Amino acid sequence: MKSFYGFIRKEFLHIFRDPRTLLILFGMPIAQIMIFGYVVTNEIRDIPIAILDQSKDQATREIGNKLISSGYFNLVMNLTSLDEVEPAMKRGNVKEVIVFEPDFRKKLESGIPGSVQIIADASDPNTANLIVNYTFGIMQDYMKQYQQGKPNIITPEVRMIYNEGLKGVYMFVPGTMALILMLISAMMTSISISREKELGTMEVLMVSPIKPFQIVVGKVVPYIVLSFINAVVIILLGFFVFGLPVKGSLILLLLESLLFISLALSLGILISTVSNSQMVAMFISLLGLMLPTILLSGFIYPIENMPLVLQLISNLMPPKWFIIVIKNIMIKGEGWQYIWKETLIMIGMTAFFLLVAIRKFKIRLE
Amino acid sequence: MHAKHIVVRGLTKKFGDFTAIDQLNFDVFSGEIFGFLGANGAGKTTAIKILCGLSYPSSGEVNVAGFDVYTQTEQLKMNIGYMSQKFSLYEDMTIYENIRFYGGIYGLGRKELHAKSEQLIRKFGLVNERNSLIADIPQGWKQKIAFSIAILHDPKIIFLDEPTGGVDPITRRQFWELIYEVSGNGITVFVTTHYMDEAEYCHRVSIMDEGKIVAIDTPNNLKSSFGAANMDEVFVKIARGAEK
Amino acid sequence: MIWIDNISKSYGERLALDSVSIQVDENEIFGLIGPDGAGKTSLFRILCSLIVPDSGKARIGNLDVVKDYRKIRKIIGYMPGRFSLYQDLTVEENLEFFATIFGTSIKENYDLIRDIYIHIEPFKNRKAGELSGGMKQKLALSCALIHRPEVLILDEPTTGVDAVSRKEFWEMLSRIREEGITIMVSTPYMDEAQLCDRVAFLQNGKLLTINTPEGIIQAYPKDILSIQSDNLYGVLMDVRNYPLVHSSLLFGHEVHYTEKGKSINQYQLKEYLKRKGHANVEMNLMKPGIEDSFLELMKE
Repeated sequence: MKSFYGFIRKEFLHIFRDPRTLLILFGMPIAQIMIFGYVVTNEIRDIPIAILDQSKDQATREIGNKLISSGYFNLVMNLTSLDEVEPAMKRGNVKEVIVFEPDFRKKLESGIPGSVQIIADASDPNTANLIVNYTFGIMQDYMKQYQQGKPNIITPEVRMIYNEGLKGVYMFVPGTMALILMLISAMMTSISISREKELGTMEVLMVSPIKPFQIVVGKVVPYIVLSFINAVVIILLGFFVFGLPVKGSLILLLLESLLFISLALSLGILISTVSNSQMVAMFISLLGLMLPTILLSGFIYPIENMPLVLQLISNLMPPKWFIIVIKNIMIKGEGWQYIWKETLIMIGMTAFFLLVAIRKFKIRLE
Repeated sequence: MHAKHIVVRGLTKKFGDFTAIDQLNFDVFSGEIFGFLGANGAGKTTAIKILCGLSYPSSGEVNVAGFDVYTQTEQLKMNIGYMSQKFSLYEDMTIYENIRFYGGIYGLGRKELHAKSEQLIRKFGLVNERNSLIADIPQGWKQKIAFSIAILHDPKIIFLDEPTGGVDPITRRQFWELIYEVSGNGITVFVTTHYMDEAEYCHRVSIMDEGKIVAIDTPNNLKSSFGAANMDEVFVKIARGAEK
Repeated sequence: MIWIDNISKSYGERLALDSVSIQVDENEIFGLIGPDGAGKTSLFRILCSLIVPDSGKARIGNLDVVKDYRKIRKIIGYMPGRFSLYQDLTVEENLEFFATIFGTSIKENYDLIRDIYIHIEPFKNRKAGELSGGMKQKLALSCALIHRPEVLILDEPTTGVDAVSRKEFWEMLSRIREEGITIMVSTPYMDEAQLCDRVAFLQNGKLLTINTPEGIIQAYPKDILSIQSDNLYGVLMDVRNYPLVHSSLLFGHEVHYTEKGKSINQYQLKEYLKRKGHANVEMNLMKPGIEDSFLELMKE
């Protein structure tokens, strides 16, 4: 036990001796939260739009006002015919044109949904998608108010229900948290284990009476502690800098974070069993973990919009489940009954990776 | 002997407060095999870097192959060859590709390059292996090829930084025979080594300690003036003396 | 103390060790001499239970290196080829760490390492990465000794270390042996063979010979002539074409020469060299050295 304690002490010494490790450990989370929170947010603001109102009644005016007053859109042009749509877009300053059909309100009053055509500039498909979604959301909001007490019309499903402010940060904090915990835990452990192999110290450790199991756990413990501190820092940053509250149980959130950290760490150990140098470990961690986390976990690109194959693959991405869990706890404020499935999946994954890693971790050099 | 190929006067190099080499003075003559010895950290590597034009002295005059290390580093580099302990051959390229690549760096013309590489490949009896990857050939061959590539452009001086680490005694001898051969052709050989018995292959050796040259002479003269049976003893006596 | 019985090991197609058998007596300094790639490291790793041989058996004391690997790991001290130290930890932290993972402390075995550690103790707060080669070597040796092993296995401890540190290192080894520790050490330097009680020559995975250094020299089969000349390279080239030559090898400023028969006809050789234009040649019969023996064995 004393030798095990000595091992952990040594790991902490490594970490605190190396300015680069410290920077990655504590600089990266803060930098990433700031970058994603402020810069890369796909929040939209003052998008130039044009309206072609062939109805010019109270309803279309109200919808127009609602769009403009939302702050997301800026009405730069009122068009008078469909022929003007293309020139307006081609000149580049109009990203979206909203076309109301004639007699819009009359149709609404007689119970037929009024038809609106939304034409978006899809040369930047992501933004276009967002703009359309926002427009759609605002219109549906209007419809909801309009149709209140009129049971014969079915209220369409509203997608942005939990984030009425449509704030980008709300999307990004959970995603960034998953990304950072994943990277730090998995990358740092895999690097620190493969560093010992590279330097040849692993040979000496193996020849000593310390057990492989103790080496692995000794490597992991410091990173559990540090990653956990990171998780807390991110939650605090989210709250104090971006005003993102934790609606649900904080303890549950921390426990889930701990679970995800263990999951990432077991992945890190697994990576280190197949890589013999720090370079390889870093490469596998970055390519194998960071990119899929960003691309496939629903962090940036919504999973529902992916082709079916990618949707299926995304189920294998550990961060996907963690993001669902923290979104549920932080933003929706939901409790255990809504996240137990995801939690079980993560526990299963952790057990699986750990088992494989321990099986693959050798007592010898070959 | 003949013309001076390396002239060093008052060479000093400081890193901050630390004086890595302190007032070196020596000459190396053309065709000479000059052994540059010293303990780890005595300043050998720093001195070689300066002589190869990779780093500037803090003060002093250094002339290598007729060029000044302050102002004529480009010409200097064209006239020297360098080979270090870690072979600078590309493991994932064939013997022939390596030769062509290095020849190209030194601006050898296509015909010249072709003729030289053929000559080299035939000399070592590698006609059948010319397209083998460097990674697949034995250590001893790699060394010889690296050496031959380093003199492909007919330099006046070749610098060898611990060229024979860890190879078997037969290969080491073959390597030294190569060195004798090029030295016979008038190329100056400047070599560092840890093997003290190898120092005895050199025409003259210098021994550095803490940034200074503490002895410089032929191996035989050094042995007799220190009353030592071999260079190993000379080295130990000098280093022990310096400690006191 | 160490029994190595018919050990073979290959990596893919490459045979690293070919039926090697060695016995090392208790309290002996046993040298394993051979160039890079001879199989020294593989053999040591098998002894340390780090790799498993393809065939053959090895024991340290009564412990089998494959089956009893846990016990083996308690009684050996191992210093791998590259000094395995934590560069970012200080001298003292390194030593402390290795002491704790072996379940001991610096204090407990200080008397064993004192002679070595005393050289580096003044720098105990310096990081291992900032030490010179010789000091790193001493620290690595201290770390390998800190748990008072019964057998010390040192893989090329003197490679890349200057001549003075090498000399000091061998002096330390003989003191360690006096503590009753069996030492097995490998080296590419022929001259270090003389400092061992017994040595084994290894080449391409094959054992060339095992003997005491004196025994090896005595077993040298031929007379050996040292030739000196101003034009040594020329003499060497011409001697190679001499009909009676068996071997002619450069040794510093002389050529070591043997003939096909056991004894050498100096007169005839001198005449031959004279005809080739080498008038100023000095010849002396000499005692063979360890390196002559190794070169001769390699030739066979």
